[in-house]
Amino acid sequence: MVSTLTTPFAEVATSNASLRAFLHGLPGVDRVGADARAAMLATRSIKTTAKGQAIDLAIGMVDLTTLEGADTPGKVRAMCAKAVRPDPADPSVPSAAAVCVYPDLVATAVQAVEGSGVKVASVATAFPSGRSSLEVKVAETALAVAAGASEIDMVIDRGAFLAGDYLKVFEEIAAVKAACGRAGGAQRENGAGGAQGEQAAHLKVILETGELATYDNVRRASWLAMIAGGDFIKTSTGKVSPAATLPVTLIMLEAVRDFARRTGRKIGVKPAGGIRTTKDAIKYLVLVNETAGPDWLDPDLFRLGASSLLNDLLMQRQKMATGRYAGPDYFTLD
Amino acid sequence: MFEYAPAPESRDIVDIRPSYGLFINGEWVEPQGEERHKTINPATEEVLAEIGWASETDVDRAVQAARKAFTTWSALPGAERAKYIFRIARIIQERSRELAVLESLDNGKPIRESRDVDLPLVAAHFFYYAGWADKLAYAGLGVDPRPLGVAGQVIPWNFPLLMLAWKIAPALACGNTVVLKPAETTPLTALAFAEICRQADLPPGVVNIVTGAGATGAALVAHPGVDKVAFTGSTEVGRQIARTLAGTRKKLTLELGGKAANIVFEDAALDQAVEGIVNGIFFNQGHVCCAGSRLLVQESIAGDLLEALKRRLATLRLGDPLDKNTDIGAINSAAQLAKIRELSAAGESEGAERWSPPCPLPDRGFWFPPTVFTGVAQSHRIAREEIFGPVLSVLTFRTPAEAVEKANNTPYGLSAGVWTEKGSLMLWTASRLRAGVVWSNTFNRFDPASPFGGYKESGYGREGGRHGLEAYLDWNHR
Repeated sequence: MVSTLTTPFAEVATSNASLRAFLHGLPGVDRVGADARAAMLATRSIKTTAKGQAIDLAIGMVDLTTLEGADTPGKVRAMCAKAVRPDPADPSVPSAAAVCVYPDLVATAVQAVEGSGVKVASVATAFPSGRSSLEVKVAETALAVAAGASEIDMVIDRGAFLAGDYLKVFEEIAAVKAACGRAGGAQRENGAGGAQGEQAAHLKVILETGELATYDNVRRASWLAMIAGGDFIKTSTGKVSPAATLPVTLIMLEAVRDFARRTGRKIGVKPAGGIRTTKDAIKYLVLVNETAGPDWLDPDLFRLGASSLLNDLLMQRQKMATGRYAGPDYFTLD
Repeated sequence: MFEYAPAPESRDIVDIRPSYGLFINGEWVEPQGEERHKTINPATEEVLAEIGWASETDVDRAVQAARKAFTTWSALPGAERAKYIFRIARIIQERSRELAVLESLDNGKPIRESRDVDLPLVAAHFFYYAGWADKLAYAGLGVDPRPLGVAGQVIPWNFPLLMLAWKIAPALACGNTVVLKPAETTPLTALAFAEICRQADLPPGVVNIVTGAGATGAALVAHPGVDKVAFTGSTEVGRQIARTLAGTRKKLTLELGGKAANIVFEDAALDQAVEGIVNGIFFNQGHVCCAGSRLLVQESIAGDLLEALKRRLATLRLGDPLDKNTDIGAINSAAQLAKIRELSAAGESEGAERWSPPCPLPDRGFWFPPTVFTGVAQSHRIAREEIFGPVLSVLTFRTPAEAVEKANNTPYGLSAGVWTEKGSLMLWTASRLRAGVVWSNTFNRFDPASPFGGYKESGYGREGGRHGLEAYLDWNHR
């Protein structure tokens, strides 16, 4: 399967040595400078019309997420209703981009959002630790895709990455990517290239930057995920602290910008975890705007993985419209 | 496209009087000279206030006041002097928003910089030297270092309040009194500082502010009642001052021009190097004596780096200095704008290639777009003369030795930057650069604990840190 993938830079993945040479040949990241740049961009003052535009943009980029052991079909259906229509009192509020659930709840979610345009994303590959065999990871991905997930959020094998076994990480991503394209089993493979008919599920590759420790590693993992065929690179599972940070997202945005410049292919970015306020969300949008550029200000290329953020966005949106803050009971808790 | 709506900082917080006199002996006094001049907002050419210019007689009054105050001020225990300086530092912090707006109005610099760089550093400088006031015997300058007397201080327009802090804080901590002349185009924050001295109950005459232009400054440095002269400004004026003071007992420190090299090696952290280049030359519109105005980039990465730099420059936001999202503000004066234009024209006529991002300039006020010259040779004027504006000259090199040779091949030696991820190359390069400050993987970073000053035509003496005390103490008196 891996060999049929045609991705840019696939030639560097012919051996672990060449992959290593490539990843370690990327320009380094100076931590102090990257932190300073992210902090400077966080001082941008987004007010009035720009704030209104940013809030609607952010709502449309939210991957509304529930990833708990206690998740139930009822909980997922409630969240889906919220994603489709975030504010029941105001139909002008855009829908969220997607809902993100565990694989066993994908079918429930698909049914709940049907016809709304909201996508269903599923975590897979032994989320959140990624500690399982490739067979299990591929099988789990295939199950989620078969259940109707149009997006797969996989985790990389951080252990293999930190041990320097980049080829193993690459091959896992490529195998999961291939599994994303085999929705409904064999019928997808019959079509030439498999691109006709139903689209292959989009693959988001979670780097779990909180476990990669250095910004150099974040840059290398970003490139590894992109050349292995990921459609999105995502910061975190939300289960490890720190989750998304502005500097880490800055480095990932630089990576997708540089990758697009060299290949013409635009990869998406998804910070996830810890983004709770409108102010936070707007800082991320500024970061996107001034790093990867305005092309990335699109739910196809930028997502915010969050749960409580959505209500804060709604509250700020209403404040802008009415000049007053409504109490928390005026926004639904789902 | 995500357009940022205007986000102007309110100017209601500042209260500018229609006219200002001189601050002598703790009082506002009218200058005896007839000369009054307007100070304007360089972003709009709007008149902000009328300023009296001090004549020789006025300067004399100020020096007399400082001499008188010196007797009691220098006799105070260091811990008592420290209380005043700490109080000044706290008032500056409390009034920092107001002072930042005032600085941006009078100077043209973006509020983001006056708010996030200038004002925090001003307060930090006073806090730092307040801490030294009762520890001078432990500064490594003998067991009983003594103050010099009256310090005559002349400061430039690029960082008006910060340069005032660099001058006044160590002078007061060491027990000296001060007569300070701010630049003629940017007197307002120095005059606001005079009010702060009153608010802090600083004894009359310890700090005196005399406004004016070159003649006022010349009268101040030549005054026989002045014991120490500190000047920050152009090399040309620094030379005149050195001539005036030759053969006198006055101590002198000069912080003059620069033409700093910012050296980027092929293994540098590219994205952060780009930020460092931008911060090196476009910070404060390039009105920075230690600006990284010469980019020396290793030929093997020159293409990639310039592409990344140009892409980054296209995101710079030029305009209203009070808008919180502005990156590049106004050029400080018509005269400075003319100088930048003249040198840029010379760059073109000497054969360098000129580039600026698409950047509409406001109709009123003094503006110059961020500009990059490539194909610059060492012999071009834009590689040798200080432009003091948002103009970067790009040169290339092949080997570390060539980089060092080119970096040092200038009459100046104030600062330099080095970008490499390789520690041994960083140390090798830094130890060979003849510059007072060498920034490692950063640029234009300041800290009150770090000494600052130049080699060669960039001046002599150090300001900041423990070294900065030397200029304000007599420590060879035995």
